[in-house]
Amino acid sequence: MFSLLGVPPQVLFGQLLLGLINGSFYALLSLGLAVIFGMLNVINFAHGALYMVGAFVAWLLLTYLGLGYWWALVLAPLAVGLLGIALEKSMLSRLYKLDHLYGLLLTFGLALILEGAFRHQYGVSGQPYPIPAALQGGQNLGFMFLPNYRAWVVVASLTICFGTWFAIERTKLGAYLRAATENPTLVQAFGINVPVMVSLTYGFGVALAGLAGVLAAPIYQVSPLMGTNLIIIVFAVVVIGGMGSILGAIVTGLGLGLLEGLTKVFYPEASNIVVFVVMAIVLLIKPAGLFGRER
Amino acid sequence: MPDGMQTKTAMLEIADLHGYYGESHVLHGVSLEVRQGEVVTLLGRNGAGKTSTMRAIMGIMGKRTGSIRFQGQELIGMAQHKIPRLGIGYVPEERGIFSSLSVDENLTLPPVVKEGGMTIPQIYDLFPNLKGRGSTQGTRLSGGEQQMLAIARILRTGATMILLDEPTEGLAPVIIEQIGVAVRALKARGFTIVLVEQNFRFAATIADRHYVMEEGHVVDMIPNDQLEANMDKLHTYLGV
Repeated sequence: MFSLLGVPPQVLFGQLLLGLINGSFYALLSLGLAVIFGMLNVINFAHGALYMVGAFVAWLLLTYLGLGYWWALVLAPLAVGLLGIALEKSMLSRLYKLDHLYGLLLTFGLALILEGAFRHQYGVSGQPYPIPAALQGGQNLGFMFLPNYRAWVVVASLTICFGTWFAIERTKLGAYLRAATENPTLVQAFGINVPVMVSLTYGFGVALAGLAGVLAAPIYQVSPLMGTNLIIIVFAVVVIGGMGSILGAIVTGLGLGLLEGLTKVFYPEASNIVVFVVMAIVLLIKPAGLFGRER
Repeated sequence: MPDGMQTKTAMLEIADLHGYYGESHVLHGVSLEVRQGEVVTLLGRNGAGKTSTMRAIMGIMGKRTGSIRFQGQELIGMAQHKIPRLGIGYVPEERGIFSSLSVDENLTLPPVVKEGGMTIPQIYDLFPNLKGRGSTQGTRLSGGEQQMLAIARILRTGATMILLDEPTEGLAPVIIEQIGVAVRALKARGFTIVLVEQNFRFAATIADRHYVMEEGHVVDMIPNDQLEANMDKLHTYLGV
């Protein structure tokens, strides 16, 4: 049995895998935040709550309708996306002409309401959600044991992240999105219905959070507070990557997940704050974030 | 109005247009008319309401009253994104080239709204400078090339009327000449063009008629062939 720097490989790779899983969720969530911030200039504080709603929709579908994981993977993001569009149309869209702070306050309030409602109904203890049959078990890689479901989460979220990046950076639809992010008035003056685009963008961004919620349900428990625990780190990820930067959100999300994992191995005491230390350093050196542009 | 001008149908009719940005009242009863195939300029000092008139046509203005008719259709009250779809192309003063889009993406961004738009090869014939620059970041082009791109992207869409806001602003004389050639080519193709200009020497080389604006409304209309005779008057209007 070999060891690296006095750390057994099982521990090292185990923590790296955990870091990669966390990083996948950071990436998915900060990607949605970045897309929303780019287009709406709103810092979506409800993101964590909508991630939680995604997980709960999966749990509710299973518990009350007997619809399993694969159904949830489609239906929960759809439901969260529609909820997002309804919230954007009815409330958020009225705030664009005001200071950013109002959007932040509104979404923060929405987060409290959503979390409060679920906590009232289901308590804080958390509901277990089973790993789908097709993804149970795992692979012995020799140096570590890789649970199939965790491998799936990493692959699925990487695919979605890079698919989203491709769609935004390399397709016609993405060109509209980038252009409208830069100058919505002019894009509207070319005959594109920008308000509808804004609603759909918000819907898409929060649907990503809903999807992350479904992916998370079998790993973490489905609990009303699951979003709150995650969202603060995700905001740090967005700040480090650069507000509104798509690639920045993805790369920083994964990178910080791994960094957190490594810190847990080599200096566990710092693992809870390492992300924020990195944030402070990045803000000192590059205030617009690693991938952000100075405005 | 001189004879012979009424023979072509009016494409754009603006009557008693008032416009506001928030509380500030910027257009005070603009009335003008542009006929099909005409090139018409809006002349006037800074702040006379030329750009605001264009923005009012496109619906980029808080509140508008009066009437703006394009091919008989009333634009006031119409949803903003539907106005360009009637066949109006807008080239804003600041050019509005998107920095996060390549030249190609900038060129193909505005959706085609009508049949009969120019093809990409035709556009490259008109603006050879843009050829082979497709993957360049839009804002890395020179000012003149950005202006060409801003005009070029409208030509694809099939728009029949083009609003050009100060296309020569800040450009070198050589480039201004190229833009002039292009605008004349567009006129020859049958485009109706409304041009905002400070540089009336440039305007005189392409326009059929000039509307002079002052303090948010039209104070005079000078046909291009009477420009020489009205030079003194024009100098007074423009304060040059």
